[in-house]
Amino acid sequence: MKFLDEYRDAKGAQRYARLIRRMTTRPWTIMEVCGGQTHAIVKFGVDELLPKEITLVHGPGCPVCVTPVELINKAIAIASRPEVIFCSFGDMLRVPGTEKDLLSVKAGGGDVRIVYSPLDALKLARENSARQVVFFAVGFETTAPANAMAVYQAHRQGVANFSVLVSHVLVPPAMEAVLSSPNNRVQGFLAAGHVCTVMGYTEYEPIAAKHRCPIVVTGFEPLDILQGIAMCVRQLEQGRAEVENQYARSVRRDGNQPAQKIIREVFTVVPRKWRGIGEIPQSGLGLRGDYAAFDAEQRFGVADQHVEEPAECISGLVLQGVKKPRECPAFGARCTPEHPLGATMVSNEGACAAYYRYRRQK
Amino acid sequence: METSDDFKLSCPIPISNYPAVLMAHGGGGRLMQQLIGKMFAAAFSNPLLDQQHDGAVFDVGGAKRLAFTTDSYVVRPLFFPGGNIGKLAVCGTVNDLAMCGARPRYLSCGFILEEGLPMETLWRIVQSMKREADAAGVQIVTGDTKVVDKGKGDGIFINTAGVGVLEHDRVIAPKSVRPGDAILINGDVGRHGIAIMAVREGLEFETAIESDCAVLSGLAMDVLAAGAEVHCMRDLTRGGLASGLNEIAESAGVGIVFDEVAVPVREDVHGACEILGFDPFYVANEGRFITFVAPADAGRALAVMRAHPLGAGAQIIGSVTAESPGLVTMKSRIGATRIVDMLSGEQLPRIC
Repeated sequence: MKFLDEYRDAKGAQRYARLIRRMTTRPWTIMEVCGGQTHAIVKFGVDELLPKEITLVHGPGCPVCVTPVELINKAIAIASRPEVIFCSFGDMLRVPGTEKDLLSVKAGGGDVRIVYSPLDALKLARENSARQVVFFAVGFETTAPANAMAVYQAHRQGVANFSVLVSHVLVPPAMEAVLSSPNNRVQGFLAAGHVCTVMGYTEYEPIAAKHRCPIVVTGFEPLDILQGIAMCVRQLEQGRAEVENQYARSVRRDGNQPAQKIIREVFTVVPRKWRGIGEIPQSGLGLRGDYAAFDAEQRFGVADQHVEEPAECISGLVLQGVKKPRECPAFGARCTPEHPLGATMVSNEGACAAYYRYRRQK
Repeated sequence: METSDDFKLSCPIPISNYPAVLMAHGGGGRLMQQLIGKMFAAAFSNPLLDQQHDGAVFDVGGAKRLAFTTDSYVVRPLFFPGGNIGKLAVCGTVNDLAMCGARPRYLSCGFILEEGLPMETLWRIVQSMKREADAAGVQIVTGDTKVVDKGKGDGIFINTAGVGVLEHDRVIAPKSVRPGDAILINGDVGRHGIAIMAVREGLEFETAIESDCAVLSGLAMDVLAAGAEVHCMRDLTRGGLASGLNEIAESAGVGIVFDEVAVPVREDVHGACEILGFDPFYVANEGRFITFVAPADAGRALAVMRAHPLGAGAQIIGSVTAESPGLVTMKSRIGATRIVDMLSGEQLPRIC
């Protein structure tokens, strides 16, 4: 397929693998931030092409994984109400809350619908004025502009029966948290190409400088990832710690200005809890000013709560790159995609789920 | 009379897992397999059922064995590019018989109609069934009609059961699969699922993707008649190629290795899958099947397939191994290998 197959070419992959082998003189640990990259690495077997000195660890960039269980419980409580049409991206439906998931709410008669865009949910709200339409606004900086636009339009058009359950998280504070952790072993980052398409990469420059850690903005296809690793290894071997852009066909330094503008219009930066990690200051987005009227948590009065993660689950350590999925004794035994103990086994893009699906018996 | 105690004492699917049926229990993945294995197969266990094939093959005292199968059709929308629920109801059951190595002969047909279904719609469906039955050389010889209240059905549900005759004495079933067998596919994968998805969700692509829905018995009979040593056939419906391969690997207790690049996927289907975050190897087909053939006969079977219009795009995609029983692995496009597992439920469009 045009624009895809050329980034999945076996000869090109081998060429980059050789380049990385030639450059590498000692062990390096590199973290890919985004769940989409983790998935591609494990699915295509990118890491199998690397020299043994290079360790890839998998970062906290899977929005499904890091959405706290409290918020899933709130989603379930709202979706169970008879007046509500609850709209979500598909992969949130399977994520278990404390007692059940949104698919079970649907099986029990709840009106839970998969949408492809928050604007589809807004359209549903206009067409169903007697119902309350709630959109589960999950994701990183990538989904924030479209979700902001839905709230902005609802406000302008006075669609009073529309609201959003917000669980937006931001990448740079999570990277900062990983690097600041006493257990940190990450020496270089592949930053998430799609996040940087929206936000640009100026935010990463102080992080690279402060922690002496190279950051390479990287795409999602096997060749993108191999090239990103090669650029990162070159910096590490040369003792540089800069922000470089592998994904130049999509990312500019300043990102997408109109998208950033709509995010700033509707959202403000707030502290957020990350499933498996805990609260990270200034790491999320919440509705701001007049737009707070569209906050589903307020509208439905779903109470604050605190849920303990299973003690056996090490997903927090996996999300921070401290442990690999197979280092967990529960992996593949007491913890499977059908019955996940924690965040990283839940989503297809979670590191544990990717290992389970693609290489559990090696 | 049944009491609630019957349920409490022995329900094999623990309440703590799933107290109620989810859509994923019908999605062709791991959950459906567990439901069938723990609930139905455990309750009804017998030597024929336990073979876990697309139909049952048995002897009724005559010279030839019979094959028997059933399937229900609940597709929404009723009409889609390349077919409709009636065409599916004939093709699906005919194909299950063909996968047992049988020549399909007779079908039954049960209609569950929802109050308010336009007669015009029903007539179009019935005409389509008639056309496909004629093309497949089967007769619809018995049937049943029920009508349910408005809101209690999705317009129309159809169940068909079929009987076919085995004109040879080979055992075409998972248990006949042997290490070394070559695995053939008769064409590109993923079209039916994407065609349905596109109509159901109002997704518009540059070209309309048509379902591959087709009667496969002619092609399957050609392959058998050519004398190739066929060990097993499996049509790739819900759950797609990946689920079909996993089912055979588990039932036959063998490993399967295939090559990603060898499996044909049309460019428009590939593009739609990229947009939705789907893997085409898990997307449903209604006119595709895999054939397990003794290695020496693989070339002959491939040539016979390619000579048939429904097998023009046929490929050898992989082989059976004695190592890692139950496991399906794939050589990826960039030369690495990985597991291709069965999905736990349905594929869901992802966030980003």
